Amino acid sequence: MKRRRFLVWLVIILTLGSLYVDLPSKIHLKFDFSFGKSQLSWLKIDKEITRPPLSWPIGKYRFYRDLEIKKGIDLAGGAHLVFQADMANIVPENRQAAIDSAKDNIEKRVNLFGVTEPVIQTSKVGDDYRLIVELAGVTDINQAIDLIGQTAQLDFRELSQEATQAATFADFQPTGLTGKDLKKSEVKFDPNSGEPQVGLEFNSEGTQKFADITSRNVGKPVAIFLDELPVTAPNVQEPITSGEAVISGNFTLDEAKELSIQLNAGALPVPISLIEQRNIGATLGVESVQKSIQAGLIGLLMVIVFMAAYYGRLGLLADGALVVYGLLTLALYKLIPVTLTLPGIAGFILSIGMAVDANILIFERMKEEFRSGKPRLIAIELAFGRAWDSIRDANICTLITCFILFNPFNWSFLNVSGMVRGFALTLGLGVALSLFTGIVVTRTLIRAFYRKEKIKG
Amino acid sequence: MINWMKFKWLYFFISALVIIPGLVSLFIFGLRPSIDFTGGTLLEYRFNQEISPQEINNLLQEKDYEVYSVQVSGEKNYLLRMPALEKEKALEVSNLLAEKFNDEPQEIRFEVVGPTLGRELMIKTIVAIILAAGFILGYVAWRFKNAKFGFCAILAMFHDTLVMLGAFSLLGYFFGVEVDTLFVTAVLTILSFSVHDTVVVYDRIRESQKLFPKASFESLVNKAVTETLSRSLNNSLTIIFMLIALLLLGGVTIKWFVAALLIGTVSGTYSSTFNAAPLLVLWENISQRRKKQQ
Repeated sequence: MKRRRFLVWLVIILTLGSLYVDLPSKIHLKFDFSFGKSQLSWLKIDKEITRPPLSWPIGKYRFYRDLEIKKGIDLAGGAHLVFQADMANIVPENRQAAIDSAKDNIEKRVNLFGVTEPVIQTSKVGDDYRLIVELAGVTDINQAIDLIGQTAQLDFRELSQEATQAATFADFQPTGLTGKDLKKSEVKFDPNSGEPQVGLEFNSEGTQKFADITSRNVGKPVAIFLDELPVTAPNVQEPITSGEAVISGNFTLDEAKELSIQLNAGALPVPISLIEQRNIGATLGVESVQKSIQAGLIGLLMVIVFMAAYYGRLGLLADGALVVYGLLTLALYKLIPVTLTLPGIAGFILSIGMAVDANILIFERMKEEFRSGKPRLIAIELAFGRAWDSIRDANICTLITCFILFNPFNWSFLNVSGMVRGFALTLGLGVALSLFTGIVVTRTLIRAFYRKEKIKG
Repeated sequence: MINWMKFKWLYFFISALVIIPGLVSLFIFGLRPSIDFTGGTLLEYRFNQEISPQEINNLLQEKDYEVYSVQVSGEKNYLLRMPALEKEKALEVSNLLAEKFNDEPQEIRFEVVGPTLGRELMIKTIVAIILAAGFILGYVAWRFKNAKFGFCAILAMFHDTLVMLGAFSLLGYFFGVEVDTLFVTAVLTILSFSVHDTVVVYDRIRESQKLFPKASFESLVNKAVTETLSRSLNNSLTIIFMLIALLLLGGVTIKWFVAALLIGTVSGTYSSTFNAAPLLVLWENISQRRKKQQ
């Protein structure tokens, strides 16, 4: 009995808890009960309730959730980009390290660019190393691609002693001063022309190198190369010891920003090229979401009506369990957090169908037990026990498929598409949760409500 | 009790009736793979006015662009399929269209997939299906302590796969519907749904075997089918309600995905009761006959 009461409380607490998580973070309450001139000010409610984000310290870490639904690129609009790394110049044993550091680097660049929560993954297929970048809500995708795709290897070059006046860019020799010697970079403006420039500040080692280079090249040009291409080659007027320099190369403001972000994030250890790109405009996403959610609600309503019509009071209890299921799932999406994609929504909707299945299996069993003349209460308990075998085996098969679709270990022989993963995740979570609601919640509800009515009747 | 299994050849005949046209279409027309598999460019624009797709096609052909197809994808939305384009080229296309139709087309979708990626996806898809089938076969055989349950469940699963592939081959031929990553996802989902349904029937057979060890296998299967039929129909109906709502009212991007799931659900429901169960009886009969001969 104690355990049963515990279950009743567990269901109530879980439901209320998920309701709290599910509600939008800001609710505006506004009621006005005053009529005409009679001023009943205490009846006026005009208040905004804001739910604080979750933030719990756990040891060194902090569990932080803002409890908003994360939308994938197909819902929020954005870009899915796949880059392939050119590993020709890197020995095989260093390749994994190179792609990992390229990933960190791109993460920095994208963060500096101001994209919130980019998803960046590496994948290895055969001998190919790839980076998968998903940027949600980015409007200027081409700029983002430029920003990510450029290696951004900066190096300073000087002319050799033998070079004549007729020297070309091909005659410049590396000085050993590169982007690695930078402390930071920022966008500056030419005080005379107002044109955007990229300001450089070297670290101590870089300052020393730069001072040496400028000292020995007074009156001669020093060229700045970016990714093996010359950007500018100004003449040195006097030795520079302050450790600061500017690159002026007819930049537009966007280009200057881009370059300074790339320099701050550091050069990519390998050149990468774009091999797949999917841009989705935000409008398409918004329309699809609204329609799909609407469709989901109508479908849910049909299921609820069907269950109530076919199974009567038991069906209503199953509907109650279904509502708890919906609340719990949404709460989990916000807590984990799950990035919701359109296929993900489809997975969720499909899992509602499967959630009802556990109940249908149990109810059909109950009917059989009733028919065989067992007392109602015993029949109910028996049905739960007997239906369990088939519920378990059937759902495990679905979970196996979800596992393969989700590919949690990033096996290279399976797909890692975000869309498919979203679907697998929501379906898998749905199936797992439906086992809980279909059995524990329904049983608790039946014990709490169905039994009492029977005794009364 | 209804002797369901008496009509097993009728059930197989109905399945064949559905599968064979699809198979024929698969062999003659094949499937229409999307750029996910072949590589290429997909561009979707929204104009402020209605334009004939033919005009877009002509304009781009004139400028020496290779265009696979131009489709109307919604009110004033146009979907262009082209070989893999660089992003500068795509920008040129957009500018050309803007100039020609004196309009500011809005780029809704722009997808480019390199050709190698397409081939990879094909291989990965096949691996995923084999893997899923293998695991499920193993699990079912283990739970039911007999390989025949596993094999028959897998056969019913392939029935559903064939129905879906055939249906999409026909849909592709007549309506230009493409097969993409989402379709693969739908197939895999239906595989698990189909087994889900089959397992419920098999579970009843397993249970009755323990309760009535002397009864003939065929009568046990009949009993199991009778007992599970209303559950199977009710369950599928709830899923079908959901899918029909999504198909009629849901977003454009998942329309064919949902259609695939719907076809699969109907096929999966049929195959668990009317393929997976009679197949077991057939298997049992054949092995009995062999025993007698020895």
